[in-house]
Amino acid sequence: MAYLDHAATTPMLDEALEAYVATAREVGNASSLHAAGRRARRRVEESRERVAAVLGARPSEVIFTGGGTESDNLAVKGIFWARRGAGPDRRRVISSAVEHHAVLDSVDWLIEHERAEIGWLPVDSAGRLDPETLRAELTAYADRVALVTAMWANNEVGTVQPVAELAAVAAEHGVPFHTDAIQAVGQVPVDFAASGAAALTVTGHKLGGPIGVGALLLGRDVAAVPLLHGGGQERDVRSGTLDTAGIVAFAVAVETAVKGQQEYAARVAALRDDLIERVRRAVPEVVYNGDPTDRLPGNAHFSFPGCEGDALLLLLDAQGIACSTGSACSAGVAQPSHVLLAMGADDDRARSSLRFTLGHTSTQADVDALVAALPAAVERARRAAAPRTPR
Amino acid sequence: MRVLAAMSGGVDSAVAAARAVAAGHDVTGVHLALARNPQTYRTGARGCCTLEDSRDARRAADVIGIPFYVWDMADRFHEDVVDDFVAEYAAGRTPNPCLRCNEKIKFAAVLDRAVALGFDAVVTGHHARLGPDGLLRRSVDVAKDQSYVLAVLTREQLDRSMFPLGDSTKAQVRTEAAERGLAVADKPDSHDICFIADGDTRGFLAGRLGEAPGDVVDASTGAVVGSHTGAYAYTVGQRRGLHLDRPAPDGRPRYVLSITPKTNTVTVGPAEALEVSQVRATRPVWTGGPRPVAPVECEVQLRAHGDVVPATVDLDGDTLHAELRRPVRGVAAGQAVVAYRPDPAGDIVLGSATITG
Repeated sequence: MAYLDHAATTPMLDEALEAYVATAREVGNASSLHAAGRRARRRVEESRERVAAVLGARPSEVIFTGGGTESDNLAVKGIFWARRGAGPDRRRVISSAVEHHAVLDSVDWLIEHERAEIGWLPVDSAGRLDPETLRAELTAYADRVALVTAMWANNEVGTVQPVAELAAVAAEHGVPFHTDAIQAVGQVPVDFAASGAAALTVTGHKLGGPIGVGALLLGRDVAAVPLLHGGGQERDVRSGTLDTAGIVAFAVAVETAVKGQQEYAARVAALRDDLIERVRRAVPEVVYNGDPTDRLPGNAHFSFPGCEGDALLLLLDAQGIACSTGSACSAGVAQPSHVLLAMGADDDRARSSLRFTLGHTSTQADVDALVAALPAAVERARRAAAPRTPR
Repeated sequence: MRVLAAMSGGVDSAVAAARAVAAGHDVTGVHLALARNPQTYRTGARGCCTLEDSRDARRAADVIGIPFYVWDMADRFHEDVVDDFVAEYAAGRTPNPCLRCNEKIKFAAVLDRAVALGFDAVVTGHHARLGPDGLLRRSVDVAKDQSYVLAVLTREQLDRSMFPLGDSTKAQVRTEAAERGLAVADKPDSHDICFIADGDTRGFLAGRLGEAPGDVVDASTGAVVGSHTGAYAYTVGQRRGLHLDRPAPDGRPRYVLSITPKTNTVTVGPAEALEVSQVRATRPVWTGGPRPVAPVECEVQLRAHGDVVPATVDLDGDTLHAELRRPVRGVAAGQAVVAYRPDPAGDIVLGSATITG
């Protein structure tokens, strides 16, 4: 099988898996006072320090969560509530049109249930945000903005945003800036303190850790109202018995991925560039989406004119090649990607797109398999999409 | 063969897909998303379409061990089945949406796409037999037989169809589903129209067509005997829900004899006035052999689960004419007339056409 969907989830690193299994064998609730509890707590706190150290955060700024969606919800809703609590006029959220649904739907929920206002930041044809549009928004709505949220790198087309510039603009206006860095950590350099962000989302399973564990890096002076109430385990911002084994494995994965980032990015980008060039040769009319340079090293995203992405996916799947239409599903029905639409693509181009993402286990053979299978699949998908005479 | 199994989320299509795998085919499961708004469709309804049905279908595919995808056919379904359903009623006819869905969606839009993608055939869980001789026959389970709603399929469509359940009763299918570990083994059968959530066809049509009050007229006297809020809501042969102001002079029940959209009139009369001995139909399809040039002695069925009567069927261009051996009541335009030849190995579908009068 050629697995080209690492942005959906990537295999666990051996060292993370081993750390997980070893820790999962131990009993202990990190909140308990006895020896078993202390041992668990020590594992959690060591993990917190490891994550903080490689991501440029203080240990106290690491809030472990149940993954990226929870972290995004906590950041968007939690900071919104806290900021509005401190100043009732602050009801505006500024966000980008290309965010993941964990952010988009959180913002929509705030609009619907908390009378939030929204300022959507547009992107250019490469999916890139312009810090000047953020400056204009903040200038126009000065004191009414609760927070700005913009992703570090796009999960569909791989475009890397000018996060430090965006955070700096937000800082000029004293507005907290959250960034969803789920796709970025381990792929491009990510330093929380240097970025100037007030909050940053990271998750385990995109970088070789387990599914279901992640973190929100939350600046020490940034307030967030909790989503989950209970034992108050994580700085009183997040409750729930700590997943010791998951956290340990997550920390191992984050540390390994971040320390190996440069070497990883060089290797994977070379494979990815080979993939792009050969796909272009095999299917000359293909449209390459996203920013050609400011881009995640493992991401290649194309539109195949005249094809439907889901037909191509089916055909490639039958050849043992795993990829993604990269679009949101409702009842499994593909919707045209909001990211491509925001980039100015029409419905047809959005529906004809496929995402190939490489990762730490990717090989030249994966690329070869794709390039071998693609032309016939495109040919068939094109026939399937062609309008037919009515019966 | 590479085959595409249409999986509704019900027990029949799940077992059909499993049997196709067992027969050695390379099977891919597809659930058709037919609802523009899945919440408004009936759960467990035939061929459809709720989120729960989609999950049931996916779960079955996982148990069977085949790839599974959802195909969005909502727009096609809306145009070709739902809008057609409304238009037919508005024209005073009584459509069969399941038949229409087979004709236009499952064995047309889906089949075409499947063939283009390299599949050889579409597998469904319909209860009908389709053997190596290419003849469509009734299921061994006569109570569950669905050959009537498949009779509209052309030779080309049948040649790319597989119905693995035709030799089994529904009870056998359920037992096999349980043995195969399919959770849908006990899922209730569906009987109603999938896109009418509450089963209220009249309410659905009123919502689409609006209320149109008019007269209910006695056929023999021409007298107005009642009123209605929309002639489209009536079906020939209907007795209940007429709300007549005056009883018939002879005190016997009256039935809908005809619907006249032009004057928005529902005409009623006694049961015997419903009796029909001749049926005309249009758009004939003939798959039980070469298209006949002389009248054919056979049996005809005039609605789903309706009685079967001996008849002589004659084809003339785009018209089918059936001379019934004994009169039949409640023959409605828009339904199909299906001709069968009795056969010990399962009655054979000869052909079908859409009743015009």
